[in-house]
Amino acid sequence: MTQFKLNAEELEQAFQNRIDDEQKIEPKDWMPEAYRKNLIRQMSQHAHSEVIGMQPEGNWISRAPTLRRKMILLAKVQDEGGHGLYLYSATETLGITREELVEALQNGTAKYASIFNYPSLTWADIGTIGWLVDGAAIVNQISLQRTSYGPYARAMVRICKEESFHQRQGFESLVVLANGSAEQKAMAQDALNRWWWPSLMMFGPHDAESAHSAQSMKWKIKRKSNDELRQAFVDQTIPQIEFLGLKVPDDDLKWNEERGHYDFGAIDWDEFLRVVSGKGMCNKQRVEHHKKVHDDGAWVREAMRAYKVKTLDRNRMKEAS
Amino acid sequence: MSNTESTTRENTLEYSIGLGDDSLMLGQRLAEWCRNAPLLEEDLAISNVALDFIGRANMFYEYAVELAKVTGGVFKNQSVDDIAYLRDSREYLNLLIFEMPIGDFAYTMTRQLIVDLFNVDYFTALSASSDSRLAAIAAKTLKESKYHLRRSHEWALRLGDGTEESHTRMQNAVNELWGYTPELFEMSETELALLPAGISVDRAALFDTWEARVSGILNEATLDHPPGDWQVTGGRAGVHTEYHGHLLSEMQFLQRAYPGLAW
Repeated sequence: MTQFKLNAEELEQAFQNRIDDEQKIEPKDWMPEAYRKNLIRQMSQHAHSEVIGMQPEGNWISRAPTLRRKMILLAKVQDEGGHGLYLYSATETLGITREELVEALQNGTAKYASIFNYPSLTWADIGTIGWLVDGAAIVNQISLQRTSYGPYARAMVRICKEESFHQRQGFESLVVLANGSAEQKAMAQDALNRWWWPSLMMFGPHDAESAHSAQSMKWKIKRKSNDELRQAFVDQTIPQIEFLGLKVPDDDLKWNEERGHYDFGAIDWDEFLRVVSGKGMCNKQRVEHHKKVHDDGAWVREAMRAYKVKTLDRNRMKEAS
Repeated sequence: MSNTESTTRENTLEYSIGLGDDSLMLGQRLAEWCRNAPLLEEDLAISNVALDFIGRANMFYEYAVELAKVTGGVFKNQSVDDIAYLRDSREYLNLLIFEMPIGDFAYTMTRQLIVDLFNVDYFTALSASSDSRLAAIAAKTLKESKYHLRRSHEWALRLGDGTEESHTRMQNAVNELWGYTPELFEMSETELALLPAGISVDRAALFDTWEARVSGILNEATLDHPPGDWQVTGGRAGVHTEYHGHLLSEMQFLQRAYPGLAW
C-alpha cells in the first residue's frame, strides 16, 4: 500500500491551507498539538462556565416570585447544564475525558467565565444575568458558529438559539421591574450597576494584551477580536438600557458619530485580574460547591457502575446457560 | 344554581387546590437538586420532573381560580400566584410526603418511586373523571408520570442493587418514608363528597395494586418491605411537618417582602 508521508512542516502547512480555505476540521483529521490543546482549553472553559453559571442563577429558583418565573428560571438553568454536557461531549472528541476536564476545573488549572464569581443578590440579578451575561455570550458565540473546529461550530449553532431565548426572557423580566414600583426599579438599576462592567470584562483583555488571541485568530478558532466583540455588545445593549429607562453606570459613555459606535469608559483591569486570579467574592464558593456536590454524589455513581457490572454479568450467565 | 351544584363546585375548588399543593410542594423540593445532583445528567432530568410538577400545580390552580370566580369565598378574585404564594402553612392542603425535604439522592428517588407508582394509577382514574377539566389535566399529567416512573423504577434497582452503601441508603429511605404512604390512600371529606358524582378518585381503592407493585419493585431491588409500625397523616387538614413552614418562607420571600407587585 502506498503511503503519503508528509513531514511536520508540510502537515502544518496543509492544515493551515484547509483553515484558510474555510474547511472545518473534524475529530479524526490531523491537527497540530497546539491547536488541539488550545481548543481543549477554550471549549472546556466554555463548558465549565455553563456548569458553574448554574450556581448563581440556581440560587433563586426556590425564591422565584411567581410560578411562571420559577418555571422559566428552572428551565433556563437546566438549559445551561445541557450546554455544559453538550460542550463536554464536543471537547471529548479531542481525546480527553470528562473526568479529566472536571478534575482540571476542581484543581484550578481550567478556568470558567469570571463573571460567575459575582454573587446573585436580588431577583433583578436573575433577569440581568439572562439579559447581559447571556447577551454577551451570544455576541461571542455567534462569531464562534464559524469557528474552524466542526464539533464546536455545530455546538454553537444549537446553543446560540437557546441563549437568544434566555436573553429575551431576561430582558422581559427586567422590563417588568423597570416599569414596576420604585423599589423594583431601584432593584433593576442596582443589578445593572453591579453586572455592567463584569459583562464588558467577559470579552477578555484588550486585543494587544490577550495571551491566546493571535494564534487563535490564525487558526480561526476565534473569528473576531475581544475588542470588536465587546464593541458590538455595547452598541447593541445601550438602546436596550435606554428602553428600560435605566442609567448606564459609565459617565464616559457617549455616541461617537465619526466611528459609528459608542465610546465607553476605561475597564478596571485590576478588578478583572483580581477576580480571574481567584480573589472574587464567590471564587472559592463556586469551586467548593462543585467539589462538594461531586463528592456527595460519588456513591451514586459508584452504585451505577456496580449495577451495570452486575447486570452485564447476569446477562452473560443467562447466555451461557 | 342549585345548592348541590354550588356545593360540588366549592368541593371541586378545594379538591383542585389540594392536588395543586401536592404538585407544587414536590416541584419546589425537586428543583432543589438543580445544580446539586450527583451527575450533570441528573441535574437535567430532575429539573424536568420538577418542571412537570410545577406545571401541573399551575394547571390545578388555574382551574381553582376559575371556579372561585363563581363560588366566591376566600379565593374570589385571587390569581394562581396568590393561591400558590399567599397562604400560611395551615391553609396548604398537600399530603405530607410531598413536603418532606429532599434528603439524599436515595431518599429523593425512593419518594419518587412511591409517588410515581401512586400517580400513574391515580391520574389514570382521574382522567376518567366526570369533571372534564380535571380529566384533561389528568390525561396530560399521566403521560409525564409514566415517564417519571420509568426513571424512579430504574434508579430504585440501580441503587437498591448497586453497592452496599447505596443499598443501605435506599433501605433507610424506604423505612423513613413508609410512614407517610398511608396518607396517599386516605379520603378527605371533600374527596368523599365528590366521589358519588365520579369527580374525585377513590384513593383507598388504589392501595392493593400499589402495595403489590411497590413490593415487587422493592423485592427486585433487593430491599426489604418496611415494618410499617409508624404512620402519620394530617396534610389535607393543613396539619404539616415542621419542614413545611421553612419551605414556604423561602418560596414566598419576594411576594411577602414586596406585596402586591407584578413580577
